[in-house]
Amino acid sequence: MRSTRRSPGRAAATFLFLRPRLALGLLLAPPLAWLGAVYLGSLASLVVQSFFHLDGFTGQVIRKFTFATWRDLMTPANFDIALRTATMAAAVTVAAALLAFPLAYYMARYASPAVKAVLMVGVLLPLWSSYLVRVYSWKLILAKEGVFAWFVGQAGLTWLLERVLALPVIGGPSLSVSSLGTFLAFLYVWLPYMILPIEAALQRVPRSLVEASADLGARPAQTFRRVTLPLALPGVIAGSIFTFSLTLGDFVVPSVLGNSSLFIGQAVLAHQGTAGNIPLAAAFTVIPMAIMGAYLLFARRLGAFDAL
Amino acid sequence: MRFEPAASQGRERAPAALKLAVAGVLLFLHLPFAIIVLYAFTTDDASYRFPPPGLTLDWLQVAWNRPDVWQALGLSLRVAAAATAAALVLGTLAAAAVHKSRFFGREALSFLLILPIALPGIVTGIALRSAMSLASIPFSFWTVVVGHATFCVVVVYNNVLARLRRTPASLAEASMDLGATPQQTFRRILLPHLATALVAGGMLAFALSFDEIIVTTFTAGQQQTLPIWIYAQLSKPRQRPVTNVVAVFVVLTTAVPILLAHLLTRDKGGGIAGER
Amino acid sequence: MAGERAPVVRFIGVSRHFGSLRAVDDVSLDIADGEFFSMLGPSGSGKTTCLRLIAGFDRPTSGRILLHGLDAERLPPFERDVNTVFQDYALFPHMTVEENVAYGLAIRNVPRAERRRRAGEMLELVRLPEVASRRPGQLSGGQRQRVALARALVNRPRVLLLDEPLGALDLKLRQQMQIELKAIQERLAITFVYVTHDQEEALAMSDRLAVFREGRVDQVGTPAEVYERPATPFVADFVGTSNLIEGRLAERLAGSPAPCTIRPEKIRIVAAAAPVAGGDGAVDGTIRDVVYLGSHTRYRVEVGEGVVLVVVELNRATTAVDAHAARGRPVRLAWAREHLRPVGGR
Repeated sequence: MRSTRRSPGRAAATFLFLRPRLALGLLLAPPLAWLGAVYLGSLASLVVQSFFHLDGFTGQVIRKFTFATWRDLMTPANFDIALRTATMAAAVTVAAALLAFPLAYYMARYASPAVKAVLMVGVLLPLWSSYLVRVYSWKLILAKEGVFAWFVGQAGLTWLLERVLALPVIGGPSLSVSSLGTFLAFLYVWLPYMILPIEAALQRVPRSLVEASADLGARPAQTFRRVTLPLALPGVIAGSIFTFSLTLGDFVVPSVLGNSSLFIGQAVLAHQGTAGNIPLAAAFTVIPMAIMGAYLLFARRLGAFDAL
Repeated sequence: MRFEPAASQGRERAPAALKLAVAGVLLFLHLPFAIIVLYAFTTDDASYRFPPPGLTLDWLQVAWNRPDVWQALGLSLRVAAAATAAALVLGTLAAAAVHKSRFFGREALSFLLILPIALPGIVTGIALRSAMSLASIPFSFWTVVVGHATFCVVVVYNNVLARLRRTPASLAEASMDLGATPQQTFRRILLPHLATALVAGGMLAFALSFDEIIVTTFTAGQQQTLPIWIYAQLSKPRQRPVTNVVAVFVVLTTAVPILLAHLLTRDKGGGIAGER
Repeated sequence: MAGERAPVVRFIGVSRHFGSLRAVDDVSLDIADGEFFSMLGPSGSGKTTCLRLIAGFDRPTSGRILLHGLDAERLPPFERDVNTVFQDYALFPHMTVEENVAYGLAIRNVPRAERRRRAGEMLELVRLPEVASRRPGQLSGGQRQRVALARALVNRPRVLLLDEPLGALDLKLRQQMQIELKAIQERLAITFVYVTHDQEEALAMSDRLAVFREGRVDQVGTPAEVYERPATPFVADFVGTSNLIEGRLAERLAGSPAPCTIRPEKIRIVAAAAPVAGGDGAVDGTIRDVVYLGSHTRYRVEVGEGVVLVVVELNRATTAVDAHAARGRPVRLAWAREHLRPVGGR
């Protein structure tokens, strides 16, 4: 009989097999400990820090509960930073949705399996490959003497570019030092994050629905607007969570391509770095978290989580 | 499904305007890579002049001989290797637990795993930074690794969980039925079955870590990973093409694992237990 | 196997509930050593859950299972002297056929040479010696089925569990495998517990069978007992086809309103108003529908009060033309009285 071959290993295996909860606990303990202690603990410390205060005179963080840091946060300048960042995030999101939709629609609706596989790699490769390098490439493209300016010059449109750069807010000395340039780079680096969820959502629109609509007498444009678009909306919202969140939390793009006006990420970096004011940096990150929290609630009501 | 063999009209043809838009978006996504490659060979070392005044291979050699590049590369590779190892263990355990049973808080665990990558990067970064400051932990190689592993776990978890969901439960049952303990079953049956998913998840985690800058900025003191090195170079006008050479190298080293990971996890179909 | 055939598997009031679903509900049964025992029932009737309880993949909510007379409660599947042939075969895709078959031996640290020899023997037994070095993905469905059988037999278990092993095969192959399985079982003299929803298969192969309905066992018996003397209307209907007669017709034909059944092949069609032998029962009706099935013909005969009886006749002399011409004809149905059997309540 088998029971004669009992080794300590097998006895332990039997012991655990008969106690599935204990076995599950052993599996879960390391990841839970890591994410619970390291990650959630860090997030908690972030909140705690925001109630400490930096003594401006000694440069030391005073570990005593106070609202002083939160008061420091509520300045018109910081409000400007938050507003600028949120506006950029919204603009990038809208533009990304507009650019992503045709490609996603083509992939889901028209592409043959082989073409689709190629397009998928074509989206995944930029998504995963070096974000920093991709930001940097726009520095090359948008520089005053760079690729884009050269093509504009060849087309005889330099006057138009100069007009655009002369505009307040979005303009600047060159595209590589302007809000417009920041916007283009953001759009470029986050675009794949918008394409994939839209494609996934469109993929789930059954062809029979489109055919049924056509069968009921709708013109293609009507079908698109009344059937395809509403069904793709969860995908758009899911994608917008990425583009919005990623833009809110970035400091690389505005510091490589922006002008002197700060974004939230840069402000956080500056406060914790040179100033050593970790409490203020911590309080500052609560802004993007609050914005994202509100946005996620809104997205969940629109059913975006099914498309993630 | 979508391709019914009986459908007589076949595949619809896309409108020309749509095709044009698709081509435009694809160009937008990929042309910048070509620009980076081009600039790695320019003879102009102080500005971004286009077209480049001349082309040269010299920068490859200059970059090769820069010790700071090698140091940064070495650090990035070591950080990525350590973070990937941690992510593989933690991600596999989490996936196994979630797949094995329905327990209270299962959804919460998935959410917790995704959070480090879904929240804005500065949040994860400053949170770790703030915890380190509160606990008076000095910056080190390991603080960078801990930060990276935290957001890498989810890619391993996703890949392994997806593979487990496509693995018939009967495989593990058959193994135990034939006398193998759960531990033997994991080693002899599940591990070979998960191998490609683990490799794919590991490669994505590696690429993610190798390239990361935002969280790294907050968790590295004097430690200069390759992305931090590049970032520092951006404000220096001298020897720009060296930065470009390194950039090309980074793109290539991340593209290979990404392509491999994609190939490994594509649904091959068939060959799996009874082909059901 | 001298003397008394002690039960090798014994269920004592076993239940397995999933939430409010009673997958197995208070089942008690004995499976004797060396018998071919089938668990027959529609899908969702609890037979596969019972098999998983024997294998140890699942544990009862209440009740006890004895394997070889010992309580199996504390035995995980890897400590049970029981092996399984899975419905989807569950062959390990990354191993060759030989490695698959030898897996149970490798786990037991049997030396390599002996492993190869015994795996070879098992592949001979299932008549597949030539595929040893192939991968499961390169085999046909029938071949995979045989490999799964060889793999489960290599440990020489005292009980082999088979979960609808022939379900994925086509009819011809299935009939051939039924004969082979039965032959292997008799040759190795081990207990087979065979789960199927195919009543013909169960009747053809089993020494005894249990008929499952909604987590309970309606009847346990030999194929002849179950077919000839169904314990419930459900068994009568599920094992073979049966005419259920109730109410006023039952009163008229059997003298009591209790439900009774009669098998379609036990009914003879005779000319209307033909005389009927003394001990026989009879009823008049009209042929409403004819289905010609080659070797036999199935008639649906309306016998009044909206009741339709199914009658099957062998086509000994009947042609398709004759059979179809019978439609609409008034006839008399006759049967030997012992074939009209009362059945227990539901």
